[in-house]
Amino acid sequence: MQKKISKIPFKGTAEQEEKLKAVIAECKGDKSKLMHVMQQAQGIYGYLPYEVQVMIAEGMDVPLEKVYGVSTFYAQFSLSPKGAYNISVCLGTACYVKGSQKILDKVCEELGVQPGECSSDGMFSVEACRCIGACGLAPVFTVNDEVYGKVTPEEIPGILAKYRNG
Amino acid sequence: MYRAHVLVCGGTGCTSSDSPKIIEALEKEIAAKGLQNEVQVVRTGCFGLCALGPIMIVYPEGCLYSEVKVEDVTETVEEHLLKGRIVKRLLYSETVKAADIKPLKETNFYKKQHRVALRNCGVIDPENIEEYIAMDGYQALAKCLTELTPEQVIQIVKDSGLRGRGGGGFPTGLKWSFTAKNEADQKYVVCNADEGDPGAFMDRSVLEGDPHCVVEAMAICGYATGASEGYIYVRAEYPIAVARLQKAIADAREYGLLGKNILGTGFDFDLFVRLGAGAFVCGEETALMTSIEGNRGEPRPRPPYPAVKGLFGKPTTENNVETFANVPQIILNGPAFFNSIGTETAKGTKVFALGGKITNTGLVEIPMGTTLREIVEDIGGGVPNGRKFKAAQIGGPSGGCIPAEYLDIPMDYDNLTSIGAMVGSGGLIIMDDSDCMVDIAKFFLNFTVDESCGKCTPCRVGTRRLLEILEKITSGNGTMEDLDTMEALCYYIKENSLCGLGQTAPNPVLSTYNRFRDEYIAHVKDKTCPAGVCKKLMKITIDPAVCKGCTACARVCPVGAISGSVKQAHVIDQSKCIKCGACVEKCRFGAISKK
Repeated sequence: MQKKISKIPFKGTAEQEEKLKAVIAECKGDKSKLMHVMQQAQGIYGYLPYEVQVMIAEGMDVPLEKVYGVSTFYAQFSLSPKGAYNISVCLGTACYVKGSQKILDKVCEELGVQPGECSSDGMFSVEACRCIGACGLAPVFTVNDEVYGKVTPEEIPGILAKYRNG
Repeated sequence: MYRAHVLVCGGTGCTSSDSPKIIEALEKEIAAKGLQNEVQVVRTGCFGLCALGPIMIVYPEGCLYSEVKVEDVTETVEEHLLKGRIVKRLLYSETVKAADIKPLKETNFYKKQHRVALRNCGVIDPENIEEYIAMDGYQALAKCLTELTPEQVIQIVKDSGLRGRGGGGFPTGLKWSFTAKNEADQKYVVCNADEGDPGAFMDRSVLEGDPHCVVEAMAICGYATGASEGYIYVRAEYPIAVARLQKAIADAREYGLLGKNILGTGFDFDLFVRLGAGAFVCGEETALMTSIEGNRGEPRPRPPYPAVKGLFGKPTTENNVETFANVPQIILNGPAFFNSIGTETAKGTKVFALGGKITNTGLVEIPMGTTLREIVEDIGGGVPNGRKFKAAQIGGPSGGCIPAEYLDIPMDYDNLTSIGAMVGSGGLIIMDDSDCMVDIAKFFLNFTVDESCGKCTPCRVGTRRLLEILEKITSGNGTMEDLDTMEALCYYIKENSLCGLGQTAPNPVLSTYNRFRDEYIAHVKDKTCPAGVCKKLMKITIDPAVCKGCTACARVCPVGAISGSVKQAHVIDQSKCIKCGACVEKCRFGAISKK
């Protein structure tokens, strides 16, 4: 799947850079920890912009091409920033059979975005995800860490409003 | 000593529906009533009956309270824990009897289950190593290290008949013996916890509910094969499992059950956790090892097999979580114990993740050879909403479907393969007559196209072409030749792909095409979707004889496709209709149908 690469300028802080450097220092000798460093970096910055990938490549002493290769291979790594509220709709089999496609369609319709995009105000981003393992609650979606189970499309506007009105 | 124990499920399903808040409220309420020295609250792993979560079991009575809410806590503590009166309205409906409660073991959901891999899930506190030890934990490891030679351990596993539970079904003891006989300065044990099948969650539940059994089994495997280090590759999407696993490893180290000179026997073994990052192909053993090494998770050709050249180029044994979870029990109780369960060619039990259109969604562990009918009708409680069972999809994106005429087939590796399906990882999704089989095939193909790593052409290009054909069929543009091309392409991809992902990717298509050919033909020839799922083939019409002209449908239509005046039959303009179905739901007279 082609990844969306953000054109938003990089706005990393010195504090974030400090944290990333500490992670790199800890893992430097072991190249098999590249993915671990990238996961930590995504935790620090929220995504993996070009500038961060350069820092990782230089810090871990691996070619940038390899960092880019890994970041585009795995679904978890994002090259675009997420919204303040990231909505993940589960499209695992159990959820799909219970109608999660309709949930995803409704969320996208309400926010006017496509899966993988962020709303223009930066508030919501939407993505389809693989099974999160809560199959007993299908269909399921998450807003950041909050899980909504057994949802119907009719409930979506109400749930979104809750976050909009903060 | 506590006089009562309250077990609350801390698995992912119940955690998502607020079980942590229930635990918090329980502890607060129990303290408020001064019962903290009499009643213990334990957060356990998954009980299996996820459909009714959050679940809480109170012992000594063994009452299963289902769909508990935070608001119910005060009443439960007051009535049950203080006054000893069971709160009947919260009991799992099947356990409610006139005078007494029916024991859980006698309910349909649990009666036919036989828990070996899941035996501690929902029983012990997974974050407490002493509870695991109290359930004979680490005794199997001690027995291996002090009483058995590595060869004897392998022989026991061989004799038990245990086969890989991750999909391949390869005999586990044999796999171990391959690594054991290769000499090397370093060998590895790898646990595949990259549960990629969307709809299977048994590995997650084992790691969440009983992480120590995997740690112990990996140490046993290390002893048997001569490895001193192990890696567990687990999905990053399972944060609870990762946290409990890390705690289990740290605790085991502290107790001297991992690390140098384990139990004073001179055996060294240590474990490390590596997180996946969302790539289905990493469930394939060589891709998984490439990923642990910090690369794009692309598979490599075999031979050389991992037993010769695996992780970091060293001999490696790789098994999945459920396979490992069976090992300590086999060592402790002997091969005959395991051997006596199951069928001629498949021994022991298998955990299935039951989902989709079924009343009791959840996790079930049953002896190999149980029929699908028993799983669906007895354990699963049947198909809800008065619908009819149509097929069970088993094995996820690599598997196939089992139609109703095979409901009585005993489920084991060989039987399922013979009907074009597979045990796979054990994801079992039940579908009813409102599910379109072409759409399901398309769903899985979409998945494999996304997840194909791109290394070999048959898989990268072939699956995409296959998906295009399916899209053509479901949008009403398919021809009979397309069906022939589709079938030929399926076999081509199967025969020429490098790894298991590509070799099995066409299975959902082939299996649905072989079992439900008339549905494919209906899409192609009649341009209709019999189940009414494929939007582009759907037609929504108003029956003029039933329509009362209430105008409700015209008002709800988002595109203004419905016209008609009050008390006159309404009509849908098919060129405008976007088939959203809003009018169907709005009509109070059942006059609007979609076909």
